[in-house]
Amino acid sequence: MEPVTPLVAVAGGLLIGTAAALLLLLTGRIAGVSGLAATATRLSAGGTPRSQATGFIVGLPLGAALTALFIRTPEVAVTSSVPLLILAGLLVGFGTRLGNGCTSGHGVCGIARLSPRSLAATATFMASAVATVFILRHVIGG
Amino acid sequence: MRDFLPGLIVGVIFGAGLVVSDMVNPARVQAFLDVFGNWDPTLMFVMGAALIPSAIGYLLRRRMTRPLLGKQFFIPTSRTVNRPLLLGAALFGIGWGLVGFCPGPAIAGLVLGAWQPWLFVAAMLVGMGLHRLLSASRPSALRFEG
Repeated sequence: MEPVTPLVAVAGGLLIGTAAALLLLLTGRIAGVSGLAATATRLSAGGTPRSQATGFIVGLPLGAALTALFIRTPEVAVTSSVPLLILAGLLVGFGTRLGNGCTSGHGVCGIARLSPRSLAATATFMASAVATVFILRHVIGG
Repeated sequence: MRDFLPGLIVGVIFGAGLVVSDMVNPARVQAFLDVFGNWDPTLMFVMGAALIPSAIGYLLRRRMTRPLLGKQFFIPTSRTVNRPLLLGAALFGIGWGLVGFCPGPAIAGLVLGAWQPWLFVAAMLVGMGLHRLLSASRPSALRFEG
């Protein structure tokens, strides 16, 4: 895996943060992907209008595809097995609804406004993800 | 269309950022989480940089009485750190660590040639549906607090 230079990583991060700020200033809503995905698929009666959530969920892969075509071709390297992908998907879906957010809603939007709930949630999911990878790679994986 | 278009534009910029920064690559994300192995700092730069415009957005918002295209701001006001929040975040973190996908990169990754995001996103929607079913039957245990 080629290293990503910090400058490129920062450029990508600025785009993500700009998107979050734009959604807030244009529509007054939080750019949380898990919540918007749940609203778009009618799995949540979240406050965001469904067409706006749907627009976002359609735009996300569209922006990814356009960038992949014209700027850089990303690698999506997944080594996980089918059962692991299913288990992880279930945990991410259930956990983000129970905890009201994911990396974007709590991480990018919540921390930016210094929300105590988002700070606590981000610290928790970072810690549990680091612990999971540790067990996966250094305890089980050896 | 009035709601769809702003959502679409913001989604496109967000998706572009995920590809530029390589966050759509679960191997990259897992390498960040592997702090006791061959650590990759990329995610730290991405998240740190993302916080800058996001924080500017919240600062600008304080000078505005309403969003440019809407009637009011919808920003969660609860400050209570409770059990559902922490349990949910912990479960999400386990899933995130297991394969390196969180919701944004998985959805953006649907069109990048790999089949795995499809399976992951399908399972994620089932997980969201399970939460909805459980919270309908046991509302006190799985309280929704924006």
